[in-house]
Amino acid sequence: MAEGAGEEKKKFSIWDLPDVPMGQLPPHLELQRSRVSCNKDAPIHTESIQYSGAYASMGIDNSSRLDRFSNNFRVEVVRLNEDDIEFDMIGIDAAIANSFRRILIAELPTMAIEKVLIANNTSIIQDEVLAHRLGLVPIRVDPRLFDYLSENDQPNEKNTIVFKLHVQCKRGSPRITVKSDALKWLPNGSELVKETRNATSDSSSKPETYTYFGCSQETVPEFVKNPIIPKYPDIIIAKLGPGQEIELEAHAVKGIGKTHAKWSPVATAWYRMLPEVVLLEDIEDDLAEELKSKCPVNVFDIEDLGKGRRRATVARPRACTLCRECIRGDDWEKRVALRRVKDHFIFTIESTGALPPEVLFTEAVKILEDKCERVITELS
Amino acid sequence: MEHGSFTDNSAATFSLTDEDHTIANAVRFTLNQDPRVTFCGYSIPHPSEARVNIRVQTTGDPAREVLKDACQNLMLMCRHVRSTFDKAVEDFRASNAVKAMKIDSQDSSGDDSEESE
Repeated sequence: MAEGAGEEKKKFSIWDLPDVPMGQLPPHLELQRSRVSCNKDAPIHTESIQYSGAYASMGIDNSSRLDRFSNNFRVEVVRLNEDDIEFDMIGIDAAIANSFRRILIAELPTMAIEKVLIANNTSIIQDEVLAHRLGLVPIRVDPRLFDYLSENDQPNEKNTIVFKLHVQCKRGSPRITVKSDALKWLPNGSELVKETRNATSDSSSKPETYTYFGCSQETVPEFVKNPIIPKYPDIIIAKLGPGQEIELEAHAVKGIGKTHAKWSPVATAWYRMLPEVVLLEDIEDDLAEELKSKCPVNVFDIEDLGKGRRRATVARPRACTLCRECIRGDDWEKRVALRRVKDHFIFTIESTGALPPEVLFTEAVKILEDKCERVITELS
Repeated sequence: MEHGSFTDNSAATFSLTDEDHTIANAVRFTLNQDPRVTFCGYSIPHPSEARVNIRVQTTGDPAREVLKDACQNLMLMCRHVRSTFDKAVEDFRASNAVKAMKIDSQDSSGDDSEESE
């Protein structure tokens, strides 16, 4: 101690103390950082710790490193079929997961009927209600093949899809139900002739209609095998009594869900954090039975330890809805902890049919990238 | 659009038109994770006006550059998310195809030789 004491003093740093947690948060802080605790009265530690220097006093760097993100980020697909996808996104902050969700709902374009030209409607459903109903019919077509129709544009084959609906219920016949399969695609554009004031002009030229198609949409290779139709043939549009008739033309254009929900490509897009159910002590015998019967979604199972002893186990934590039924009553909060993992998102996307759900997600991520790029170019 | 002082460029407010929480919250997250940032936040001054203001204060670097880096970071994160997601979907499809094949071969009289057909 006598010799070299001065030198040791110089080198001494509080980081060398044995109780300084190097590179690792103490467990209680780690729990606060990475889990939401769903207590009996209210959930706590719900916020995410974003600030880079939040744990600077512990020698822990909370700043984002892209390589660290890349190493930790994982995606696991749970379910995937034609209409919906469920996948786990692990290692991402809620801020970004929420951006994806918001873009999916409000900023991904689809095609939807925007303009309805009604030639005849003697049904009991009013024109404007009928037009609104038609707008909500999902159309099976890839919106990436179309352009937006701006205010000064003329509707042409690149920005408009035209459907015709002409149904009639004959006198003396029973009432008929008009369904979405009655909408017939017109690949050559509108067939309704515009009324022109100077009708005397050249009558030899093609009569002017409400669209200006340069060529038929049927020639587009994507539509040869996949003609444009409503995604579902059995959506009820109207009901006609004897003698009633509907004749109209519906023009579908490209738009986004922010303008009107009919353009939203998803029925729902939502995420939830992964539930984590932890048994803080061994729960045995009658208590185990009680716990199992408390849970309405059957999260717990009972394992047989032999000699007539039984113990509760957490078998299906993903099913937990955090109803908190299991921590109700005396002392149960001491036995069971309900938590949510803050950076583990169970993402579900249900497509309305224009695009498959996995394409929707990649398109949404692309849109967020484009937004960033826009800001960068505007700043430089 | 940038609102800042002429003498001190380490603090500025950026006003983005036609944007909302979608990008502002995500950028706030990446900004917060940048050690050069002392303060950042965003606000939407009026709900019926499509505009969001992002405030950035730094330890000395130009706020504009820091925001640009944050956007760059976010973009790279997105790119990584996309590639990871595409790979996960591909893997899922592949593993499901294998599973379907196994079920098929079990159904068809359990002959192993049928798989090679």
